[in-house]
Amino acid sequence: MRVQRCKGTRDLSPDEMTKFRLIEGIFRDCCLKGGYREIRTPTLEYLHLFTSTGTLTPGTLGKVYSFLDWDGWSGERVVLRPDATIPVARSYIDTVQDGGLTKLFYVTNIFIFEETGKETRERWQCGAELIGAGSTTADVELITLALDILKKLGFRKVELQLSHAGLIRALLAEFGLTSQEQASVFDQILDGDEAVFNRLKAKTPEVGEALAPLLDPKGQSAGFLRNLKALFRRDLPEFEPALDNFIDIVDLMEAMDYSYQIDIGSGRGFEYYTGIIFQLSAGRQRVAAGGRYDALIPLMGGQEVPASGFALYLDPLMGLVKPETLDGQLPEKVLIRAGDSTPETIREGFRIAAYLRETGYGAEMDLGTQPTEDVRWILDVKNEAPRFVVTDTTTKKEFKARTAKEVLALLGGNGDS
Amino acid sequence: MTVKIALPKGRLLETTATLLRKAEWGLEGYNQSMRNYRLGSRRFPDLQAKVFNERDIPVQVAVGNYDLGICGLDWVEELSIKFPSSALVKLRNLGYGEGVVCLAASHHQPAPTTEELKEETELIRIASEYPNLAEYLALGLRLRRFSVFPLWGAAEAYPPESAALVLVSYPTEQEVLASGLVSVNVLLNHSAFLIANKNSWEQKDLSEIVGSIEGQLPFTAEIQSKKAATISAEKGYHPWQTDEDTVRIALPDGHQQTHTVTLLNKAGIRVEDYPSENGNRRPGTDLKGVVIKVIRPQDMPLQVANGNFDLAVTGHDWLTDHLTMFPSSPVTELLDLKSGRVKMVAVVSREVPADDIYSLRQLVAKQTTPFRVASEYVNIADKYARDNHLGMYKVVPTWGATEAFLPEDADLLIENTETGRTIARHNLKIIDTLFESTGCLIGSRNETSSLVKQERIESIVGKLRAAVEGE
Repeated sequence: MRVQRCKGTRDLSPDEMTKFRLIEGIFRDCCLKGGYREIRTPTLEYLHLFTSTGTLTPGTLGKVYSFLDWDGWSGERVVLRPDATIPVARSYIDTVQDGGLTKLFYVTNIFIFEETGKETRERWQCGAELIGAGSTTADVELITLALDILKKLGFRKVELQLSHAGLIRALLAEFGLTSQEQASVFDQILDGDEAVFNRLKAKTPEVGEALAPLLDPKGQSAGFLRNLKALFRRDLPEFEPALDNFIDIVDLMEAMDYSYQIDIGSGRGFEYYTGIIFQLSAGRQRVAAGGRYDALIPLMGGQEVPASGFALYLDPLMGLVKPETLDGQLPEKVLIRAGDSTPETIREGFRIAAYLRETGYGAEMDLGTQPTEDVRWILDVKNEAPRFVVTDTTTKKEFKARTAKEVLALLGGNGDS
Repeated sequence: MTVKIALPKGRLLETTATLLRKAEWGLEGYNQSMRNYRLGSRRFPDLQAKVFNERDIPVQVAVGNYDLGICGLDWVEELSIKFPSSALVKLRNLGYGEGVVCLAASHHQPAPTTEELKEETELIRIASEYPNLAEYLALGLRLRRFSVFPLWGAAEAYPPESAALVLVSYPTEQEVLASGLVSVNVLLNHSAFLIANKNSWEQKDLSEIVGSIEGQLPFTAEIQSKKAATISAEKGYHPWQTDEDTVRIALPDGHQQTHTVTLLNKAGIRVEDYPSENGNRRPGTDLKGVVIKVIRPQDMPLQVANGNFDLAVTGHDWLTDHLTMFPSSPVTELLDLKSGRVKMVAVVSREVPADDIYSLRQLVAKQTTPFRVASEYVNIADKYARDNHLGMYKVVPTWGATEAFLPEDADLLIENTETGRTIARHNLKIIDTLFESTGCLIGSRNETSSLVKQERIESIVGKLRAAVEGE
């Protein structure tokens, strides 16, 4: 009987985990320095947390891992967390009474059933949520935080695409759809179906034609949005609040010298989005996305609190991190060989290994079968003076040392720690 | 090349038999009174047919035990909505056995609109024989908070008190109305379908067999699907008039009725129209402050756990199955009724060289394919396989006639038996007895808020206890 991995799951190999931890480390560092605090929510949540309108789209809900657990006699189903933001919002409602500003971040897995089993069903995310701030500054803070993390990860070409949930909703209303149809089309856009607008245009050509300036071009400046505002001011005043909000955000992005693309139809995301929606791509892959979700917390029974957030997708990011970004992430490795394998030399070997680890080196006792490609130094421990012989594996030169401090000096450390 | 087909028992049997007779398959003994579930075809000597409960057929075809199957589209959808990657191909609508699956409520109260359901913030209880479709529908309707209670049957008895909504199948929407329900949302129009296993369809030559059926279609005009007996409109149940002092009792339908009536008579409890000749599921009683529904004994523990009933007459086997799945359930056995004694046994084919579970375990350890455990008692079977370290096992849920699964479609059965004769007749043997099961009265450990109700419950339990002990 062959042991098998569960379909649709993956192991993260040591190489992948090195990349995972690098991304996570940079993400945590940036968040902590930005005043965000870490939160971890449970893997299991009640299904009903995700079912009401305005939380998850039916497309996503149909792929949720839901089941009756040991307490399930009441028929209450639980799920493996299919989304990270909603549990954070739940926790906020549970714990924060005054509706004050709360900045949170998390590193977590989410579970979505993917039919073929070829793509992973357990996905990892690094996310940040900014709850209690509704300003454009807050929106821009999140976008720039995400961009900053990607820059620190060594990505030079990151594309930023902007859309606006308020504008999409106003647009759908123009196509003369019932509220149920609007909700369904909005869900399709959020599920990534970018051809929806084209189908709508084919269905009602006159409306499609009138709205073409809004849908077809992909603008790259606040000017584009201002042009639209001027064009539609008289006919479609209902676009104005969303357009104004969009313009404010884009103005700020411009003032900070960020480049971006405006693509209204690229609103892929969650039904709970109400304002700006942004997506970041690197190497043609979507690596991060976020948006404003002011209605979510009140919808879930909390207070009227504005909120926004984003998540970085660890699975594509691990594949994109370049080997050179990892340089310097791992300590130089020293392989320690206890020459005659007597208890005394082994004890001395462990002692100097501990000393070297404390001073920032990677130190491993030789178990006889280690691969040596990534070993920078070999340290032979003898039971007679000089106790230590250090070999530089790059130059093959040998150096003798009597004490641990001398060894450290040979390795280039200062031995003070 | 052997081709295997799974054929339906029950409501689709006669029309399917007519179709296959016209297709000149020459199936001997495919009729309502059949005793042998394995059939051969004179026209197709390589064809092996086996008869199943309709509900088992999509699973059997999907897992590859059968190349072809005939069953209602409702059961195909019930499987594939939950398991979209099931290896099933829907080949052909056979045009008979039509029905409509709809979400329904009691017609004695204003039916909620889907918009009202969406806005509802309280828990909405949905009972159904189609739990997967019910969940799919509830998610699609964007219900905020819902519970789905899977049922073995008698869904029409639940609204409005025991469940706000039921997902039911009737031959027509008119018949939904006639059973005292009103349709809120139609989910699916269905009829009998020819289905195939995806791999078989792609790799085997099934053309002659499929062609022989295809040649007979459409034939709906010739064969009128025999509609289920229409329940007359006056049978539409009136909702219970209950208050917090009312005791709600569930009595079993099916073969447990005989034992139950004897017991009730001994206890001096009069229940009118039970068993009912016309399918009445709300019999009356002379007990003050007591209302009664007749439902499936399999469904009772979950119903009592959820406070829909205060007392229920079921079997120790079904209570055990429920508590195995939900150890924290508040349901408990109040009284052993000492009737309908059966043994819960582990059964294998007589050909298997193992006479006890220990030697079976050794055989399983050498096996490279998953070990298949079939049972109506899914949770008991799962625990038994787990506790006995049966390695890489799978539990195959069944809906009756489980003996017919061995040896082709399962390796082990967990079954109840009274005399062991059915097991012997199917060339099977018992290798272990899990426990003995009798009828029992169940209730909830949760305290009732009403003293009057508590006294009424105690009085009924007392009467039944005296009746049992007087035996």
